Parts: sequence; C-alpha cells; structure tokens
Amino acid sequence: MLLELADVEVAYGAVTALRGIRLTVDAGEIVTLLGANGAGKTTTLRTISGLLRPRAGQVLLDGEPLSKIPAHQLVRRGVAHSPEGRRIFPAMSVRENLLMGAFHDRKHVARDLEHVFGLFPRLQERVSQAGGTLSGGEQQMLAIGRALMSRPRLLLLDEPSMGLAPLVVRTIFDVIAQINAEGVAVLLVEQNAAQALKIANRGYVLETGQVVLDGPSGDLLADDRVRQAYLGEDVAVPEHDLPHQLAK
Amino acid sequence: MSTTSATPATPSVAPTPPPSQPGGAAALGRAAAAALFSLAGLRQLGVCVLIGLTLALMTGPNGKAAEPLGAVRHAILAPRIVTYLIIAAVLWLLIALWPLARPLWSMGQAAARGPVTAVAQQRFAPLGLNLALLIVAIIMPMFFSNAAVTWMVDGVGIYALLALGLNVVIGYAGMLDLGYIAFFAIGAYTTAYFTSKTAISAHFPVSLNPFFVFPIAFVLAAVAGVLLGAPTLRLRGDYLAIVTLGFGEIIQLIANNSHWTNGPRGAFGVPHLSIHLLGINYSWKLDPKPYYYLLLAIIVLVMIAFGRLERSRIGRAWAAIREDEIAAEATGVPTLRLKLLAFAIGASVSGFAGVLFASKQFFNPQIFSLQASFLVVTIVIFGGMGNRLGVVVGSVVLQGLAFYLRDKVPATDRFIYFGAVVIVMMIFRPQGIVPSRRRKREISLAEHGVGHADSLGSAPTSESGAR
Repeated sequence: MLLELADVEVAYGAVTALRGIRLTVDAGEIVTLLGANGAGKTTTLRTISGLLRPRAGQVLLDGEPLSKIPAHQLVRRGVAHSPEGRRIFPAMSVRENLLMGAFHDRKHVARDLEHVFGLFPRLQERVSQAGGTLSGGEQQMLAIGRALMSRPRLLLLDEPSMGLAPLVVRTIFDVIAQINAEGVAVLLVEQNAAQALKIANRGYVLETGQVVLDGPSGDLLADDRVRQAYLGEDVAVPEHDLPHQLAK
Repeated sequence: MSTTSATPATPSVAPTPPPSQPGGAAALGRAAAAALFSLAGLRQLGVCVLIGLTLALMTGPNGKAAEPLGAVRHAILAPRIVTYLIIAAVLWLLIALWPLARPLWSMGQAAARGPVTAVAQQRFAPLGLNLALLIVAIIMPMFFSNAAVTWMVDGVGIYALLALGLNVVIGYAGMLDLGYIAFFAIGAYTTAYFTSKTAISAHFPVSLNPFFVFPIAFVLAAVAGVLLGAPTLRLRGDYLAIVTLGFGEIIQLIANNSHWTNGPRGAFGVPHLSIHLLGINYSWKLDPKPYYYLLLAIIVLVMIAFGRLERSRIGRAWAAIREDEIAAEATGVPTLRLKLLAFAIGASVSGFAGVLFASKQFFNPQIFSLQASFLVVTIVIFGGMGNRLGVVVGSVVLQGLAFYLRDKVPATDRFIYFGAVVIVMMIFRPQGIVPSRRRKREISLAEHGVGHADSLGSAPTSESGAR
C-alpha cells in the first residue's frame, strides 16, 4: 500500500475539519475524493503533503508514518502536490515554474521537461511567458507539469477542473489518465464527480470531515445518493438512508 | 485605479497615431493636447505643482520661532515661486508627453504596457556600464572636499553596504526587517570589544587588529540573525516587521543602558584598521580616502557575490518563496531554512559594515536608532528592491540628498524632505530607480490582479476587489 490515512483528525484551532479519515491509495491507482464545499477534501490533501499536521491519527507512506517529515521533504519521497487554485509562480516564466518542480533533484531536468511538453504541448508554446499571464487551463497544465517534474509516485491533484471550460477539462483529464498509465498513482480531489469517477478506479465521498461512502467508481456512479448529490440527477432518496461503507 | 497612478506613462487617451504617418504633426498635436488635458494629465499637473512647491520650500529660508510660517511665506509667497512653477510645468510636459515620445525612442521595441506577457531571458547588466560606474566611483573622491569624501564613506558607502545586505532579506526573500541596524550595532560593539581595552568597559583579554574582527563580527551577526529568525520567521509580512522592529529597539536599549557598552557615552578609541603583513605596514588613519577605497572594494565584491547568489538555485528558491510560499514548500523548497539563510546573510553583511564603521570613528547607541533602520529600508525600496546596483544608487541619491541638505535645513527636518522625495518616487516609479526585472514584473502583475505580491509589493487588486 502506497498511502494510508489511519483515523486522521485535523483541526484549525477549535474547528475540527477532519473527523477520523480512513483512506488508502495503492501504487498505480487513481482514487478520487468527492464531496461538497467544506467537506474536507482540500484539508485531506494538505494533510497528506505535510502542509497541515493531524491532531490525531497518522498518515503513512509505504507504511511509514510521516508525522515528523516537513512538507518540502515529501517531494523527495515521491509525493507531489498540485495545490488548490494552482498556485503557480506568477512572475516566473513557464520554464522557471517547471524548473522549480525539479528543485530537489536536477539530474533528469532535460528529459522531464520534454516529458511535460509532450503531455502539454501548449506549455512548450508559451515556455518563456510569465505564468501569471497564462489562461486558467494553461495554468492548470503548468501546475500539473510542475508537480510531475519531481518524478512523483503519488500525485495529489486538488480540483484540476475548477473554473475551466469543458473542453479544457477533458484535455486535463485525458492527461491525468495518461500520467496514471505511466505508473503514477493519483489522488484526485474533485467537485466534478462525473468526470472524476470516469477515470478513477475507486472513490471516497466526504461529508463534514468524514468518509460517508467509498467503493469502486462503478458502484459509486450507480449509487443513488451519489447520483443525486454529486451528479445532479433526480433520484428519490429517503433522508435517513445514509448507511456508511456502502460498498463493503 | 492604482494602475494609472503607478504607471503614469500609460496614456489615458485613445491610441496615439504613429508620428511618422503623413499628416503626423497635426495628429501629434491633437494627441499631445489629449494627453495633457485628460484626467490623468491634469492629475500629473497637480503632482508636478506639488513637487515645485516642495522644491521651493526646500531651497527657501528657514522659519524662526518668532515667525513659524516664515519659511512658507518667504519661500512660496515670493517672486521666486515663479521659477519653481516653471520647473513644475516643464516637468509636467515631460511626464505627460513621454508616452508620445516613447515610440520614437524605442522603435520596434515591445512597449511594456499592461501586464508583461513575455519573460525576457535573464540578461546580465551590461559589463561596460558597470565598469564605467566603477571608474566614476574610483575617480570621484578626487573632485570632492574632505568633508564630502568623509560623508561618501560614513553616509553613502556604509549605507550602501547595509542596503546590499538588507536587499537580500527584502529584495530576494521578500521579508520586511525593520530592526536591521541591530546587526550593524552588534558588529560595531564586537569590534570595540575585541580590538581595544579602553573603548568600552567590556573587553577581550587580547586586543586584536580590526581586520581579525571581520570574520568574528560576520559570524556573530549571522548567529544573532539566526537566533532572531528561527522563532520568528514563521511569521509573515507585518508580524515579522513588528518583531524585528522590537529586536532593533532591544539592541539599542541594551547598548544604551548596559555599563559594559559604556551606555550612552559610546565607544571611544577603537583602533583604526591597519595591515602589518610581510613587511607591508599600512594603516588607515584620519584621511577618509583610504577608507573610501576599502569600502568601494568591499561593496564591489559583495555585489559580485550577491549577483551569483541571485542567479543560483538558492536565488530562484527565494524568488519562489516571495511569490508563493505555500507553493514553494509544496514543490520541495525548504522555505524556513532558506528564509533563515537570507536573514543570516543580511545580518552578517550588516555586522561586517559595523566593523568598518567602528574602526573608523567614534560611535554611540544613538547611531543605531530606529531611524537608521528605516533609512536602510527606504534606500532599498527607493533604489529598487532586488537590484544590487539599484540599492547602491539609492544610497548615493538619498544620502547625497542628506549631504546637500546638511547645511541648508536643520538636521531634524531632514526626514521631511526624505519623505517628500520618497513619496514622489513611489507615485512615479514604485519599482525604484533601478528596478530588478523580476521585481518589476511581480509588481506589474500584482497591479493587474495576477498573483500575490508579498508584503512589500503592491496590494493585489484582485483579492481586495473580490471582497
């Protein structure tokens, strides 16, 4: 097992954001994390990448707890985080942004740049343009490309489809599938449940800091509550019918 | 709204026709009139008149206790004001018509209007220009009086060195340090402690040549920087500024109140720098010129070293921290350690400058006041954050102004004029006299609502506008 969250609790001061999350990602899978605003998806990713520390429970990478490891060292261990809102370096060129992704290890820079440009030819066209002047879709490509420059085993993607046109979203998701096909495990946080479940192997549904549903994508796609709450379909679900761990 | 005031060159008129077109003269005249009498043009006129009035005040006579408004009356309500209004008008014409003249001047060059889109390849400052400036700096003392050269050492040179060090903290790593002069004090008192048995009450058993104190002060200041930085660098922006401000005050208070430092009396008789090596015996005495050249050599070396640092991997990591600290951490930049490094490097340069200063002249705790810290920050921002040449030029201009004003206005008033000059500068050229390319880009992008300018950049308009 590549990544495991064992009963992770995270709090911002007095406000508890995660109430005991259990979650696993195996090597080579795509796992998606669904949920409404404020459910704790971004908090989960930030906890995994070490930007936040759990109040209780543990994050384990290759079975080893990460509690003492600072965020910047996690990159060395093969975890790359493409954060919410993309957060590219606005005044740096596309090229400089990508080089920052390879900050810890510059042995393979040339080859990795080529790889990223292969995935996103648009970035190559704009290689010397300032990151902040790219379009939203291009910035998202840059954020993913920057994360890939560290040669991750696990890629954490926080809402890559946010604010993008459907056509661009499709390009991004195609590339995510392609990255995964090259052997990189992906933990994908999304509000766009339909797209996410289409490429994911498994999924978790978060609500107010807890996993309320999990299972293979197919099962989640077929689940009435998921369809109603996240796919916007009109399905009658009784209010009280919310069993946990549906897919077991 | 902030964009027009920050870049007055942006014409608020309709696209100006290229002057080379047939019938260009008439069109040019119309465009000029439109530029002058647009809202932005009139606002520029207002600012220029204010500058003229300020100049009139600065050069006018002083007030007296019996006649508090005398200065205003004799400076402004006198015929001489006409001269200054003419200066203001000329300034206005230059500023308002500059956008029209620019296409002629920089034919074919992509004018940097609006957000910069293409990032030019890193270009090194032309070597020729740097050498020319160096030659000017070398021959300059020959044309000035001893008093002026003394000021070129104590005022301009020392502060240029301090600004170069603070530039690492502010310009490269993007942290606001308002207690920077404390490290200068540490360097100076370290010198007094190690080189003389009598300068201050506390002394080292053996008196060392001041040259040996350079490495000691360098290390001690860096250690002080790390000690201050380690617990506080998690803070950002205003909070860090407040903590460093407090640190500066603490150091000054200790210097002022401890009997080891001689309290407010300060340190007397720190030996001058001297070399006794391989039969060479030379010592820096009262003549300021040798100090000037020593300082010049050190400044050039520091500039070269920091230039390399800026373009190194560490320099790029600092830029990343400045632009987005969380993203930097997430891409594997050890942000805390690198911020600490910037702090330590800045501090050690300041300590270094302290040794030079102490070995040249008498000093007391008053020199290490809050005002001195602010002055260094002002020089860095005025000269151009992140640009080494810029901060040195900033020191030359601001401290040159101080020297010019020395006999003209009371010392206590000097900062009023400083303030006026800095405000004018921030209106017309917020990026500083010689801006760093990257910094300029960050400010320009932030003004157009892209990206986060750090605590020292312009306010990101998009974020404040969204609320």
